[in-house]
Amino acid sequence: MADLVYLIPLLPFLGFVINGLAGKRLPKPVVATIACGTILGSFILSILCFKQVIDEGAFTAVLYDWISVGDTHIQIAFQIDQLSTMMMLIITGIGFLIHMYSDGYMHHDDGFHRFFAYLNLFIFSMLLLVMGSNYMLMFFGWEGVGLCSYLLIGFWYKNKEFGVAARKAFIMNRIGDLGLLLGIFMIFNTFGSIEYADVFKNAYAHGDSTNIICILLFVGAMGKSAQIPLYTWLPDAMAGPTPVSALIHAATMVTAGIYLVVRSNVLYIMSPNASELIMYVGLATAMIAGTIGIKQNDIKKVLAYSTVSQLGYMFVALGVGAYTTAMFHLLTHAFFKALLFLGSGSVIHGMGGEQDIRKMGGLKKALPITHITFLIGTLAITGVPFFSGFFSKDEILAMAHGHSDIVFTLLAMASVLTAIYMFRLYFLVFRGNFRGTHHQKEHLHESPMSMTIPLMVLAVLASVAGFLGMPGWMSDNHILNHFLHPIVEGSSHFHPSEFFEYTVLGISIVVLAVIIFSVRNYYITKSIVPESDEAETGFSKVLSHKYYIDEIYNTLFVKPIEALSVFLHKVVDNQIVDGIVNSIAWCVKQSANLLRLLQDGKLEWYMVGMVAGVLLILVFNFFM
Amino acid sequence: MAVLLIFIPLFASLLFLFIKGSMGKTIALSFSVLNLIFSIYLLSSFDAQSDEGFQFTFDQPWVESIGISFCGGLDGISLLMILLTNLLVPIIILSSYGKTPEYPAAFYGLIILMQAGLNGVFIATDGLLFYVFWEITLIPIWFICAYWGGENRVPVTIKFFIYTFAGSLFMLVGLIYLYLNTPGDHNFSWEALQMGARSLDAAGQQIVFWFIFLAFAVKIPIVPFHTWQPETYTVSPAPGTMLLSGIMLKMGIYGIIRWLLPFAPDLVSAGFNLPIVLCIIGVVYGGWIAIKQTDMKKIAAYSSLSHVGLIAAGIFTLTIDGLQGAVIQMVNHGINIVGLFLAIELIERRTGTRDLTKLGGIATKAPRLSVLFMIIVLGSLAVPLTNGFVGEFLLLKSIYSINIYMAAIAGLTVIFCAVYMLRLYNLAIFGDVTSYTVDIKDLNTRETILMGIIALLVIILGVYPQPIFDISKQAIETFQTTLTLK
Repeated sequence: MADLVYLIPLLPFLGFVINGLAGKRLPKPVVATIACGTILGSFILSILCFKQVIDEGAFTAVLYDWISVGDTHIQIAFQIDQLSTMMMLIITGIGFLIHMYSDGYMHHDDGFHRFFAYLNLFIFSMLLLVMGSNYMLMFFGWEGVGLCSYLLIGFWYKNKEFGVAARKAFIMNRIGDLGLLLGIFMIFNTFGSIEYADVFKNAYAHGDSTNIICILLFVGAMGKSAQIPLYTWLPDAMAGPTPVSALIHAATMVTAGIYLVVRSNVLYIMSPNASELIMYVGLATAMIAGTIGIKQNDIKKVLAYSTVSQLGYMFVALGVGAYTTAMFHLLTHAFFKALLFLGSGSVIHGMGGEQDIRKMGGLKKALPITHITFLIGTLAITGVPFFSGFFSKDEILAMAHGHSDIVFTLLAMASVLTAIYMFRLYFLVFRGNFRGTHHQKEHLHESPMSMTIPLMVLAVLASVAGFLGMPGWMSDNHILNHFLHPIVEGSSHFHPSEFFEYTVLGISIVVLAVIIFSVRNYYITKSIVPESDEAETGFSKVLSHKYYIDEIYNTLFVKPIEALSVFLHKVVDNQIVDGIVNSIAWCVKQSANLLRLLQDGKLEWYMVGMVAGVLLILVFNFFM
Repeated sequence: MAVLLIFIPLFASLLFLFIKGSMGKTIALSFSVLNLIFSIYLLSSFDAQSDEGFQFTFDQPWVESIGISFCGGLDGISLLMILLTNLLVPIIILSSYGKTPEYPAAFYGLIILMQAGLNGVFIATDGLLFYVFWEITLIPIWFICAYWGGENRVPVTIKFFIYTFAGSLFMLVGLIYLYLNTPGDHNFSWEALQMGARSLDAAGQQIVFWFIFLAFAVKIPIVPFHTWQPETYTVSPAPGTMLLSGIMLKMGIYGIIRWLLPFAPDLVSAGFNLPIVLCIIGVVYGGWIAIKQTDMKKIAAYSSLSHVGLIAAGIFTLTIDGLQGAVIQMVNHGINIVGLFLAIELIERRTGTRDLTKLGGIATKAPRLSVLFMIIVLGSLAVPLTNGFVGEFLLLKSIYSINIYMAAIAGLTVIFCAVYMLRLYNLAIFGDVTSYTVDIKDLNTRETILMGIIALLVIILGVYPQPIFDISKQAIETFQTTLTLK
């Protein structure tokens, strides 16, 4: 298997090259087959890797030396272990489903081949990110996915606003990337290598530098995984086609930060301060994004803030040292959030491009498959018992409880918010009466098979994936913990008491029931439609304006930086620096003008000069 | 043997006196390709493992009475510069094919003369010979820019000429000062000048350093000696801008390695951070200004200012990472900046403007141009697996090893570059078509091949850069050990 590992990223790359170069001339089915086929190939190979890791353990496949200069040796090598195979399966598995879905969703788009080329390039980069055996290769993938994200957010490039969103995403990611890069330099300087194996082996010998390394790495994670303060790009990223939102901005790329921390868990275990920071950032993000989500009226924006909030959850888990729990939630979230996004895509498709939930309603009849699968996704994300989110979210809550009661309480409140905005979304879209135009109503249709099959597969996964990590009161065998054990050997495990588990279970059922009932009552029975943004007042106005964070960033950073740019150019560069240069030239010119006066053509003056010169020479010769 | 690299183009340039009309470009291309082939031949017979110093050497007494000789040779560093020069000149000549200049014979003759001068700069191992070639290159480039340039070209290029020429005179003084300190009968050879430098006290090394530094700082340019650069890049004809930014500024960086550091060895190897600070200020300063420019050439010019600042900063760290990063980044920056100016030129030729507020929607009309331009932009952005990343990574790493805060500040280039490069690309290529871009034609076959070669180099040198390192590895290791040896 080790000989074939390189094919896993290479296949999508080939798909990218073929569709990128020749896609325009190929018929659409061929383009789609190449794109989906290469991902399917990678998926199958990933399964083989997975099997080998289970049977024989982790292995490494070295390809070549990327650079070898002085003491800097960096190789292109893949590390196939429990963590990377898990990520590979998620990426290629969900990636395949979303490719299939895109065949239907993007069918009428002019950029069909371009879309698939970018999507394949994304899968390639994401695979590099998780498969690399060192931080450099992770960084390759890290920047690569950022690039693909930029290309895909701005996919409909004629729209200027989409282009701005794409740039914003890339630049915010780059701010994080600088942190990550400095972290990598520091790892290099401390450990003399950036191979995971070398770094983790020697981690204990360098315990004093890990805190800063971990914080720098986390800055990178903040950018990629949209945590405070670098989260504002993700909602804007919804400008991209919906399959992109599902694949990149929900299931895979944004979880790269989680992967980074789990991969480096050996370092984080020794860095309590960095871990504490992660936990608070995650907690704040979960709460703030959750509150904003309640007031959004764009179906994709609600899901985007939900993603930010859920990622915050995962970081809380990482912060309290529950690495496998974070991975568990990453897995279930990948299923149900991809499902929800694809479902929203199906809704948007059926509604002829409409994204405003105030103009939807009662779509249950026209879109039966979308409705059922979206409902399953909603039940999963809100943590209704025995759907996947229930298991992973409760595990995070339990772990937070083990850390501190305050964190637990705040996190529990965030999960109440999740339930509110998700059921609000569900009821406004699928129940009640249709609020769109007559034209939209006639146009309403269920999506084609290529779109509904992925929905159904993901719905099944979102329902059952939770059983991979059953809590202690259900089963003694936590499959995922067991599987990931070799990766997180050093981390301690907290086991909540059964009494606590039952209490949380009981309370959460009651709370969920209350929320479902009251949200239904509010939006369906009383059929209240959210007000337009202008009509909002007080705190809900603040919420619908997303706490004015974009405006604040604009005033604090963007405007001053731009103003300084103009100042540096117009004043410092053109007047001061160049002014000095020009005044030197001016001095030369003026002194030349002065000297020129001496040479005015009057012979008398020349005679006087000559005589004076001769006299001076004589004086110097004889009297000095 | 390496002397042919000077004499082939030098004699070829004389041919252009007898040529009229459009024959010039064919002849120029043939000779520049001949030079490229010859430099590849030199590469193939170059022994990269040898630590004997220069290879393919030649040595003829020139002005024997004062110890000047016509001598030269190549080591790994200068060989790379030679390869870069002779690779870029044919590309630059080809790039001008779509828009034949007035008096083509003179124009192409000057480019070939320029090639001779540039090769001479990188080959010379005699201080005065280096100086002579250094000045020779200024003459053809000045004519190219001043005669074939755009609006306002005369005052701008005269300023450029006087500024760089004045800087060079300081270098001449510095070299003569060193020469007077060489042992025995005095001698301008590189080895002798180094020995002269070793005998200098701290103050003497300071004098030598700053005098010679000034010439290089103007040529590269390093902030605050840069104010000739944005204007000159903007008014020059595209081939002139490419020669200036792609190759000529590398003379200055190469000069720092070969003709500056060894002449102030005790000074530079004792934690001499002032030049690094100066360079890093330039990195941020250039990037910051580029953010709000609307002329595409100005953005490329200020971006170049920012990028070369990083290269120079890496050199002054005197680490292997910094030196290797600088050498490979010289090659990569040369390729990328020529690609960038080529793309800008192709757009300007089609639309008649470089103003970002007037452009847009090119992606719809000219997909080939857009894709190839994107790859070049990615190279400039230093996205991993493109050539720009390799050097930037090593350079920032070398600065990090000196001081983490300096690395963080220099690292701002990672962010700024994303801001101005993507702004340039998005405004020009994306969005709706404007009245300027509505009839834009996509690249023809020749242009596609030309941009394709550059794009391919951007990717290949990013995915597998080690062969380039292998060429300069030995030379840099030897250089670094002798320099830091007390």
